[in-house]
Amino acid sequence: MRYLPLTPDDRADMLARIGVADIEALFADIPADKRLDYDLDLPRRKSEMEAQRLLSGLAAKNVAAGSVPFFVGAGAYKHHIPASVDHLIQRSEFLTSYTPYQAEIAQGTLQYIFEFQTQVAALTAMDVANASMYDGSTATAEAVLMAHRVTGRRKAVLSGGLHPHYAEVVRTVSQCAGESVAALPPDVFALEDLGAAIDAETSCVVVQSPDVFGNLRDLSGLAATCKAKGALLIAVFTEAVSLGLVKPPGAMGADIVVGEGQSIGNALNFGGPYVGLFAAKEKYLRQMPGRLCGETVDAEGRRGFVLTLSTREQHIRRDKATSNICTNSGLCCLAFTIHLSLLGETGLRRLARINHANAVDLADRLASVKGVEVLNRTFFNEFTIRVAADAADVLERLAQRGVLGGVPVSRLLPEQGLDDLILVASTEINADEDRAAFADALQGAL
Amino acid sequence: MLNRPEHPTQARPTQPSDAARSDVETFTGNRGLALEESLIFEIGRAEVTGVDLDEPAPFAYRLGGLEREAAMGLPGLSEPEAMRHYVRLSQKNYSIDAGLYPLGSCTMKHNPRLNELMARLPGFADIHPLQPQSTAQGALELIEELARWLMALTGMAAVAMSPKAGAHGEACGMMAIKAAIEAKGEGAVRKIVLVPDSAHGTNPASATRIGFEVRSVPACADGTVDAAEVRRRLGPDVAAIMLTNPNTCGLFEKDIVAIAEAVHEAGAYFYCDGANFNAIMGKARPGDLGVDAMHINLHKTFSTPHGGGGPGSGPVVLSALLAPFAPLPFLRRDEGGLHLVEHPGEAPQAFGRITAFHGQMGMFVRALAYMLSHGVDGLRQASEDAVLSANYIRASLADLMSQPFGDRLCMHEALFDDAWLKPTGLTTLDFAKALIDEGFHPMTVYFPLVAHGAMLIEPTESESKASLDLFIATLRDLAFAARRGETERFIGAPFYAPRRRLDETRAARNPVLKWTKPAAI
Amino acid sequence: MPTTHYTKDHEYIRVEDDAGVVGITDYAQSQLGDVVFVELPLVGKMLSQGAESAVVESVKAASGINAPASGDVVEINRALEETPAIVNEDPLGNGWFFKIRLSDPTELDGLMDEDAYQDYVKSLE
Repeated sequence: MRYLPLTPDDRADMLARIGVADIEALFADIPADKRLDYDLDLPRRKSEMEAQRLLSGLAAKNVAAGSVPFFVGAGAYKHHIPASVDHLIQRSEFLTSYTPYQAEIAQGTLQYIFEFQTQVAALTAMDVANASMYDGSTATAEAVLMAHRVTGRRKAVLSGGLHPHYAEVVRTVSQCAGESVAALPPDVFALEDLGAAIDAETSCVVVQSPDVFGNLRDLSGLAATCKAKGALLIAVFTEAVSLGLVKPPGAMGADIVVGEGQSIGNALNFGGPYVGLFAAKEKYLRQMPGRLCGETVDAEGRRGFVLTLSTREQHIRRDKATSNICTNSGLCCLAFTIHLSLLGETGLRRLARINHANAVDLADRLASVKGVEVLNRTFFNEFTIRVAADAADVLERLAQRGVLGGVPVSRLLPEQGLDDLILVASTEINADEDRAAFADALQGAL
Repeated sequence: MLNRPEHPTQARPTQPSDAARSDVETFTGNRGLALEESLIFEIGRAEVTGVDLDEPAPFAYRLGGLEREAAMGLPGLSEPEAMRHYVRLSQKNYSIDAGLYPLGSCTMKHNPRLNELMARLPGFADIHPLQPQSTAQGALELIEELARWLMALTGMAAVAMSPKAGAHGEACGMMAIKAAIEAKGEGAVRKIVLVPDSAHGTNPASATRIGFEVRSVPACADGTVDAAEVRRRLGPDVAAIMLTNPNTCGLFEKDIVAIAEAVHEAGAYFYCDGANFNAIMGKARPGDLGVDAMHINLHKTFSTPHGGGGPGSGPVVLSALLAPFAPLPFLRRDEGGLHLVEHPGEAPQAFGRITAFHGQMGMFVRALAYMLSHGVDGLRQASEDAVLSANYIRASLADLMSQPFGDRLCMHEALFDDAWLKPTGLTTLDFAKALIDEGFHPMTVYFPLVAHGAMLIEPTESESKASLDLFIATLRDLAFAARRGETERFIGAPFYAPRRRLDETRAARNPVLKWTKPAAI
Repeated sequence: MPTTHYTKDHEYIRVEDDAGVVGITDYAQSQLGDVVFVELPLVGKMLSQGAESAVVESVKAASGINAPASGDVVEINRALEETPAIVNEDPLGNGWFFKIRLSDPTELDGLMDEDAYQDYVKSLE
């Protein structure tokens, strides 16, 4: 078998050195009646060629985003990834290396993590960022737990513009830890009064911008209210490219910023693996979850990098919520860093402008289709339209015509009376003809 | 003849000379191919970008006045500069492709490249989690097939696919148990989780995080957990026991069936940490042993790459009793095909959702490619070779290095302690760092805590015998050197890595967690 | 004349009249390794004997410091916030954590004196 280097002669020699007659002797501790002496009902080994044929067949049954006009967002976005990014993350020394616990032989990993942390702090305009979390939703849940630890309070207030999956994750985690969550109803027009929802038990307010409906929110007023009432402001984003054009949460007074980094460097991958971004103010550093990489020197005085402040992860304090044991997202974090290094500030700003321009153009085209209403006053590269029909049906019909037009809000928020709303995203990958095709197809479907 | 213009000789030598020195200073600080590398912030410039994009025609923004104004301070690099930077960084990393990682409980096996090729097929990589499910049936079928393999290998009734890593899977499994207990109305009473002393730190941490209290179970003299000790600690207040099998000492828990029976009799659940599943694939099924929930590390047992720290994937297999409580989303097949159950209305007992979207599809493709390649026969062979290799190493070192539980057969990993090192004055850490100079990543050290100065060695099945023999010979050489008092190989090691030992105290006392522009002079 | 009392968790309290200075012993600091951070209680906080009152972090571990006796915190050693290394260098002197006003001096009877503590440490090695 091509991945197993031992030969029958090797095995015989090894058994002889160990001093047992056969391999079964090494499994003697398994109770005899529980030992499998038959093959389970699964296929036998396949050559690389056969395995490839099988998997390619499954892949061919899916409609790839790049093969059709594509406008699906709602928390994951299709962007162009430069060829060198994927090439670099496949280098053996990045792909097949372990967590950098032995720093002397992992300086490559540690240095790019340090660069990543710097980039995330700069993007979000915050003091410090960690080495990444699993994804934006788990990062949000961790931020809530952190706010409980910092304030000593136990209730989170969630905006009605927060991605419903993110809200569900926060609710699930909070329920288990015995903490409470006050989730405001879906806020399609960004009209809710979050400040009024803060009481003496509130540890944090969690608000997303651009929100799940695409609206941009000025968090400055809310930040002041939170501070006055002793709660932390947790700002969330699901589209990292927005930070190239929109005022960052750190500049609006956020205490903790979390989000999804998938847009930069990482493919759609049907939902994972992604990369969670987590940043906070300096004063909360010791309450931050996740890995941190710090600069130091080695025995010869040369600059080097190590994982640091790791006792926060293992320390269990009874009077405060425990911190989660988290890994970071390794290769996804590297892909993010490489892509952002290639873009640089200049490139990111330009990319963001293109995204916004495409979305503005698409919004205007769709608004002129009979039966379609664009609901947003403000947006970045995603907005909400109301259609004169069931949104999920319309999108299914569009799919049959070869256009993936967006996400029906009912997929994320069923039975809320929002069945006629669609979330539409338009990034730099949409050419003029894609947007035209969408408008035409929508016209035909209504 | 010698100096004819059309044949200039220029007297170049073709043999090396007797140069005495081997420590010549260089201007750059580089040493041949061992290259120093700055940070991108020291190389790049704000006005440079390595991505060609056309500036859009001027248009009116719809940002409600929330435009970003201040500079970010993020430089860009051209493609050649970026390539050089990251290639140089990569050269400072050890990796499985370059050498053996004898890391106990990490299962650092070969990462097949077919996995990478398949994961990058546009039909897998370029599909959106929320595009209409009718346009992603192949992806859903892949998840279903992977789930089938996981359930068949473990003998379990259901599997939660969404956890993003092992620790995430542990939390998920324990949450399902908690939900089951609450459904029986026992949530207020059953608050204790039993955890052996030898458990990995994530076990008690996951339990505590979910609101349980941890009660310790001591290991026996032979390193395993005794059913009688467990029985003594069971009661109506116990929710579950968390065991690793094979355990963190590399031993199969021989009392496991009796322990499972006792736990179930007491109305509690059996959570199994599946980190060591590589030892028993095709040899035994956790479901047959009485396990109720077990997470599987796809990045350990099923070869998805460690990637310098992630991404992982930690699906959790569940018994029939726990299946109704599995989190959202999960797959269901009906006449229409496959679809994801995503809302509580369709699954009222699901305990909730633990991540956005559906799970680590990229890792699912890789794991299934691995499983298809091995087949049921190959997976069994893999487990046998893994256990064989670990015992081969153990048998080859037993005369020199002390084993905390006596000289006995192990499973896929071999555990030594530092009793044999004591007379030398050297520590486990010194020994491990010296291995780096020999071209190996150190073994797992100081874990499990039940062994003093533990050294846990797991070679996996993807090492050739030649590789194992070299590793054994190296350890023997180091062990003899230690006994002879040749401390200079150990104290202050490593000497030849890209960096010497790093000052962790300084990093923690004065954390510098990002680059800041030096003040102008 | 101040007397020093010790707990099994290697905290000490040096008592004079009804005031006690609390810290960790030399054995504790050597076991912890280089101290990188200290979290001190707020002045005025009321502590019960045995309750966690401070945290000391080293590179490899974080440890709760339990109050050897009950009382309220009258002073904390701010120097440790700047230079946590003092805990390693001078644990019984300048590496003190906080001072309390004892509320129940009889609690000290349950603690070890100098000789008993030294014997205890020997038994651990």
